[in-house]
Amino acid sequence: MSLPPLDDLIACPHCDTLHIELDLPHGGQACCVRCGAVLMTERPRALAQMVSFAVAAVILMIAAISFPFLDIDAQGFHNETSVLSAVMAFNQGRGIPLAIAVALFIIVLPLTRLLALIYAIGPLVVGHRPRRGARVAFALTEQLRPWAMAEIFMVGVSVALVKITGIATVTIGPAFWAFITLVIITIFNDRIMSRYTVWKALDLAYRA
Amino acid sequence: MESTRSGLPGLTSARQAGLIACRRCGQVHAAGAVRCKRCHGPIRSRDTESLQKVWAWLIAGIIAFIPANIYPMLLTATLLSRSEQTIIGGVVELFHYGNYGIATIVFVASIVIPVGKFIAIGYLAITVQRGRTRHVHQHHKLYDVVEFIGRWSMIDVFVVAILSALVQLNTVATINPGIAALSFALSVVFTMLSALAFDPRLIWDNEGPADA
Repeated sequence: MSLPPLDDLIACPHCDTLHIELDLPHGGQACCVRCGAVLMTERPRALAQMVSFAVAAVILMIAAISFPFLDIDAQGFHNETSVLSAVMAFNQGRGIPLAIAVALFIIVLPLTRLLALIYAIGPLVVGHRPRRGARVAFALTEQLRPWAMAEIFMVGVSVALVKITGIATVTIGPAFWAFITLVIITIFNDRIMSRYTVWKALDLAYRA
Repeated sequence: MESTRSGLPGLTSARQAGLIACRRCGQVHAAGAVRCKRCHGPIRSRDTESLQKVWAWLIAGIIAFIPANIYPMLLTATLLSRSEQTIIGGVVELFHYGNYGIATIVFVASIVIPVGKFIAIGYLAITVQRGRTRHVHQHHKLYDVVEFIGRWSMIDVFVVAILSALVQLNTVATINPGIAALSFALSVVFTMLSALAFDPRLIWDNEGPADA
């Protein structure tokens, strides 16, 4: 059996099945015939959308860190918590490794992913050549995906709020809503485009 | 959404065709390539040490899960009492106060998902080592679910983080994280690494003749 040129083929990342790459209609999606994994998506404005959502998410992240997140009142005592102080809560003695992990999962890694994404595909959107290291930056965005846990943190916060209602009154601060919006944007942004398509766009832009 | 069906007749994997595919970007290379020309990432036909890494991280995850359940997750001190709460203790308390929904979320995230993941990853690794099977589609589905759901176990760690940040009210009440919070976080991280080390193409290499 003779194979078509290698550049016309793509292989499924899950099951290694070879496919011939075809031009997709707008809004189209190509899935692996064997295991069903999404291989390519065709959305003309997806790159621009990804970058603008990422910029919005960075701004929201800054707001989420700096504004008060939750306020607590109990029998005359008052405590105001920001996302940062939630992280620093572990910051005594043996809690330090955990403090570092929580900081990574909810602030550092999500922010790194967003900035790397903007760096990698931002120039493409405005029609420039990609910058040096754009490939490394996009690879980083993809690799960090499972480790950025902002959405899981929000579920944790909801559970914590329920646990605490017996002891104290909790008021929700502006950072809470910033964080919720951030989570929704991030989830949406991760679904917008298949990574094969971004890699192809990056590769084409490098060659142009 | 429209899906385009394209493929070689009879479905050939890159390996069967003597080629190496990049799992990151899909680019196909001739045999012998070690770096992807499109995304510059390292490429291998199959990750041959995959299963060793999977088992190593999985065992580490199971070991860390033990102290996570024995030791307290939360140390609560109020004016009148001090108490320590384990993961299960927290679930029981939520249930006791009638928060059934939340109790279920915590129970599923902290107990059902981790234990289910240990079993699922172990099962997948064993079936890959055994060879031919008809159930590749189910196994791949299981792999997908495990990979997607693993991170959600982290919920309880974040609950502890928020509670201990919020409840620092001098003498009235303070909550501090217990040693189990760290062990549990480590257990989740180890099992995530285990799932990530798994090369799903190994599942499909075992597709038996009974499946078309």
